Amino acid sequence: MAAGKWPTWAANHRVQAGIGVIAALAAFCYLGPLVYHTNQVTVNLNAATLPPGAGHPLGTDGDGYDVLGRLMVGGRSSLELGFAVAAATTVIGTLYGAIAGWAGGIVDAVMMRAIDTFLALPTLVLLLLLVTIFTPDLLSVILLLTALSWLGTARLVRGQILTLRTREYVQAAKTLGGGQWWIIRRHLVPNAFGVIIVSATFTIADAILMLSVLSFLGLGLPPPAADWGSMLTNGLDYLFDGYWWMVYPPAVILVITLIAFNLIGDATRDSLDVRLRQR
Amino acid sequence: MTSYLVRRAAQALVVMIGVLILTFILIHLVPGSAARAALGVRATSTRIAIFNTTYGLNKPLVAQFADYVGQLFHGNFGISYTTQQPVSTLVAQRLPGDVLLVGASTALAVLIAIPLGTYQAVKRGRLSDQLLDGVSFTLYSMPDFFVAFLLIALFSVQLHIFPPEAPQTQDVAGMLADPRALVLPVATLTLSNLAGFSRYMRSSAIDVLAEDFLRTARAKGLPERLVLSRHVVRNAALPVVTIVGLTFPNIIAGAVIAEAVFSYQGMGLLLYQAATSHDYPVLLGSTLVVGAATVVGSLAADVAYGVLDPRIRHGRG
Repeated sequence: MAAGKWPTWAANHRVQAGIGVIAALAAFCYLGPLVYHTNQVTVNLNAATLPPGAGHPLGTDGDGYDVLGRLMVGGRSSLELGFAVAAATTVIGTLYGAIAGWAGGIVDAVMMRAIDTFLALPTLVLLLLLVTIFTPDLLSVILLLTALSWLGTARLVRGQILTLRTREYVQAAKTLGGGQWWIIRRHLVPNAFGVIIVSATFTIADAILMLSVLSFLGLGLPPPAADWGSMLTNGLDYLFDGYWWMVYPPAVILVITLIAFNLIGDATRDSLDVRLRQR
Repeated sequence: MTSYLVRRAAQALVVMIGVLILTFILIHLVPGSAARAALGVRATSTRIAIFNTTYGLNKPLVAQFADYVGQLFHGNFGISYTTQQPVSTLVAQRLPGDVLLVGASTALAVLIAIPLGTYQAVKRGRLSDQLLDGVSFTLYSMPDFFVAFLLIALFSVQLHIFPPEAPQTQDVAGMLADPRALVLPVATLTLSNLAGFSRYMRSSAIDVLAEDFLRTARAKGLPERLVLSRHVVRNAALPVVTIVGLTFPNIIAGAVIAEAVFSYQGMGLLLYQAATSHDYPVLLGSTLVVGAATVVGSLAADVAYGVLDPRIRHGRG
């Protein structure tokens, strides 16, 4: 997305809705605990599985944690993980993709086959392997997910660079004696920015989803740490006992978050597609 | 076309060798050595030395890699730490069940996505399109395991139509003998793939709807039903073939979840159980098989695309 497309992008209703929802969620997670104080560290079995009511608007879970308060704390892990993975992925993937696309030839071929190798193995399968080797905490899950998610970004950026490097203005910059890094930094990366943003938004959604899947498989963050995925997973144990308040709140907030990020990514991709804008 | 096939196959081979190197490196990342993992923390140093000699773990890395690849070519994927069975036997028992689960759900997802995506493309922007788009967006954003639990809550717990557990057998004939138990695992995986496929089909059909040959077809008086079935669907469905190939790793990941929820006796459950019991030979052996399946799957999708679409003349451009 070049600078000129910024106003159109920001005026897109789907982008606005997505950003609005995410801002509200961030406020809920980070400002919420300032006004709504709950104990989210020590287990209190006397207060376990209380239905929603006075003192606990969304009830308590199987360990006696207040569900509403836990949604706030858990959301922090989920959001921090998503943004951290996306940021790291974007930096690594952009650099790798830009180098491969710019270098071309044998360097590109070797760099791309390396990516194909990792992409041949499903992320979840590699994650299953890796979390058995490293004990997961938030930082190590961020590192593992980054290690596995930059591949797609690198591939997209490379494709974009490949088409950009043949453009006249890039050729002109070259002819004028512009250095390689200067051209990559000044012309290629800014013009590939749209693709990079799209992939970053989808990466956030994927990372949050993947953490919830890991939690479901019992390989996520160990307690007392919480994320929406682990809350949902723990809640599912009680679903058939009628303790709906442990399942639906984390499920709804998780799905709304993922929809919001996917919405932004989707709308951004559409706004980049010239053919779609014409119709 | 032939030169393209050769080049594409060579690429696939390089990737496969990469996958081999990767799994080999992962074996050596196992904490406290494979011997410790197999024999436990209380094993004496003599027993560890014997284990390392038996499995050739005291040789140089390059020699170990050669051994590893040589063993694989002889169909030897190692022995499971937990069941003491050869990994190749375990994989061979589980693989047919996966072909059934993954094959049936992928086929169903494609068969539903093609008409659904076409319908949405024709009605694009209307209420029905927006509603369906909302549904597929929500479905796409839902964790697979939650979809599985919703299906169980509705069809098993409330309505008592389908059992919440897959057939507890590893052979396909036995699974097919209990089709009702197959419905929920297959439905979970179908829904998880359907959202992506139908969204792709929709945008592909929108592209085709703007093509000149459609105007020609309409101008010559072809009924709209035939315009859609002969021209739009056929042309728009082609890229979906590629997407199926590209999303193969995701489909496998979905299968791991569906199998873990319904304890479906496939490779996914094998992988999951191996991960939770730290059974590294099984984990790495099945990872290798999944990797090989992905490489072959995407190769097949690329080739199928080239064969199906005569406009693509590989190797000439």
